[in-house]
Amino acid sequence: MQSFPTSPNVSKNPRPPLLSRKTKDGLGIALFLAPALILFVLFLIYPIIRSVYYSTFNWNGLGPATKYIGINNYIKILSDKVFMQAVQNVLVIIVCSLAIQLPLAMLLAVLVGRDLPGRGIFRTIFFLPYVLSEVNAAIMWMLLFNANPQRGLINGVLVALGLPAVAWLADMRVVLFAIFITLTWKYFGFHMLLYLTGLQNIPTEIEEAARMDGANAFQNFFYITLPLLSSPIRTSVYMSVLGSIQQFIVVWIMTGGGPVNASETMATYMYRFGFVRFQLGYGSAVTIIMFILCVIFSLIYQQLTKKPDYLTGL
Amino acid sequence: MRNKLFKLVSILMIAMFVLAAAPAPAVYAAPAKADKVKITWWHISTKDPALSDWKKMADDYMKAHPNVEIEITVLENEAFKTKLTTVMQSGEVPDIFQSWGGAGLSEQIDAGLLKDITADLDANNGEWRKTFAPAALAVFAKDGKNYGVPWDMGAVTWWYNKDLFAKAKIDKEPATWSEFLADVKKLKDAGITPISVGEGHTWTGMHIWSYLATRIGGEKAFKAALDRSGSFADPAFVKAGEELKKLIDMKPFQEGFLSATHDEMQATFGNGEAAMELGGQWSPSVQAANSKDKKGVKNLGMFGFPAVEGGAGDGSDVVGGGNGFAIGKNASPEAIDFVKYLTNKDNQTIIAASGTGIPVVAGAEAGLKDPNMKMVQKTFASAKYFQLYYDQFLPSLVGGAINDNVQKLFAGTASPEEVAKAIEASAAENITKK
Repeated sequence: MQSFPTSPNVSKNPRPPLLSRKTKDGLGIALFLAPALILFVLFLIYPIIRSVYYSTFNWNGLGPATKYIGINNYIKILSDKVFMQAVQNVLVIIVCSLAIQLPLAMLLAVLVGRDLPGRGIFRTIFFLPYVLSEVNAAIMWMLLFNANPQRGLINGVLVALGLPAVAWLADMRVVLFAIFITLTWKYFGFHMLLYLTGLQNIPTEIEEAARMDGANAFQNFFYITLPLLSSPIRTSVYMSVLGSIQQFIVVWIMTGGGPVNASETMATYMYRFGFVRFQLGYGSAVTIIMFILCVIFSLIYQQLTKKPDYLTGL
Repeated sequence: MRNKLFKLVSILMIAMFVLAAAPAPAVYAAPAKADKVKITWWHISTKDPALSDWKKMADDYMKAHPNVEIEITVLENEAFKTKLTTVMQSGEVPDIFQSWGGAGLSEQIDAGLLKDITADLDANNGEWRKTFAPAALAVFAKDGKNYGVPWDMGAVTWWYNKDLFAKAKIDKEPATWSEFLADVKKLKDAGITPISVGEGHTWTGMHIWSYLATRIGGEKAFKAALDRSGSFADPAFVKAGEELKKLIDMKPFQEGFLSATHDEMQATFGNGEAAMELGGQWSPSVQAANSKDKKGVKNLGMFGFPAVEGGAGDGSDVVGGGNGFAIGKNASPEAIDFVKYLTNKDNQTIIAASGTGIPVVAGAEAGLKDPNMKMVQKTFASAKYFQLYYDQFLPSLVGGAINDNVQKLFAGTASPEEVAKAIEASAAENITKK
């Protein structure tokens, strides 16, 4: 309104505005929000409500859903040993990711983020697996893990070293470990990148000051670098846990969840029993359980990590 | 003033965005000729020669029938299944589409998506019906009514490497299960992996179990389990598991068979690293395609699944399957006439000659050139009882339960009784009593 000269003449009694200031602002906000909100409701909220609805039916996906069965799908899922095995496998993947994959990514980030010669090349190499599509990565590792030493590179090397060949994907005790190696290879580059950007935001003065005060490299890392990286670490832990809960493509291609459910995840369970076997109501119920687990985790995680970041105050 | 202008422009932009997002009013072109009949046809033959063969048949038919327009949609196998499921939900069914029969077809029938063509088959004293092999036609029928027709039907049989059999000094094909087990032992003793199987795709090993069940229990045991007067926990099915376990305990499979895919199983066999595999009519070509030299086994042999001593099933009974066309609920008489044309003797001979399928119409088998396919065709034609693959025939949940539980036998994590009981539990829940 700055272009309107404020008239000193009050006697002119201006027309009362059509809309009050408040309504006007509200309308503006609503209009600007509308496109995003419409898409959000249409492609996120509505499908979730629809899934909740279908999850109460015994429905094979052909024609309308008519066989209402209440919460029976949920009871069946939670009493299914295979589903419990899937939950357990997901927990194993989460724990391994947090305990091995992320520290490894951190180590490499610190290595290539600082003064290693040729660090640009290393950065690119480490990040490459993440650029590769999941399907390609899964097929590649499937070939590498081939049980036949004549065809599988890993077993070929083991045999050449005089070690026994391992049936990586066919052994129910080893298969989850093999999957985890693949996941680590595929995703550590992404976490490394998160840490790298964090490292670049840390002013070198702080570390220099610590060094002047006599802190050695380890102290420097654990008392300066790590706390200042809390923001990217929080993000990467969050992404890693949610990614593990939803892990599908790599497992489905490499093992299909087998042998005998030894590498089943919740998502492969959902796909197998929901889509492959035409139980869309049942599959919907599985997705709702996964959704609830993700929401619960997000809420708890937000509570736990409320402490603001040192650098940004976020 | 600038502010007002800004607001106005913003509102305009938003309006434009929302309008653009809204679907544009559909403009339908007026039909060129009012009386032109359109037929929609979905098939999954993405490669030549089948792709061009089908196209030519459609073109020839359109030339002969100028009032008909055939719209072909070619989809890859998995894409087809996904897309079909989607259109089925909206009720927009193609007039003619790929089908494998069994439970999938049955569910489509129950949902009212298919057309009953029994009358068309029976017209003129059953003229059209008589052209088909009855066992193949029955795959696309339910409760005595037909909803589709076959164009390819084969059998699951043992394929073997004659050179490796000779190396193990096996001079004849096994006729009985005990002879078969003895041959497996001979092969093992000669240092040859007897059998290639791909339990990563559970159906490959499931066929051994279902064949044993067919040999031991015969048609009777399976029909009883189906109509629920019997059960999948009956002695015949437990016995099938026990016999399979005898084989598994001999450790006759290649390294890592529990995770091997179907392609890997074919590669192992095609490279001559295993002496036998149980597979359908596709096996000769797939094992060759997956082998190192792309030629596969040099001296390929075939024998039917051996009879089990004392079993109720006949040694000639066949487990198999194939392809057909289902007829959508909105199909016009012209569409049905076109399917009749597609499955006539001449066109079936073309399908046979190009190796696309094993013909199901009498006389067309003369077109078969590949000796392997001739053998499969003979096996199918001489069967007294034909059983569609268990996992195709049964509701997908029960089929899945069979695949999952038989895999447990292969992994050694369940006993034959447990396997039979688990399958029965799924059957009791998902097969409705008639």
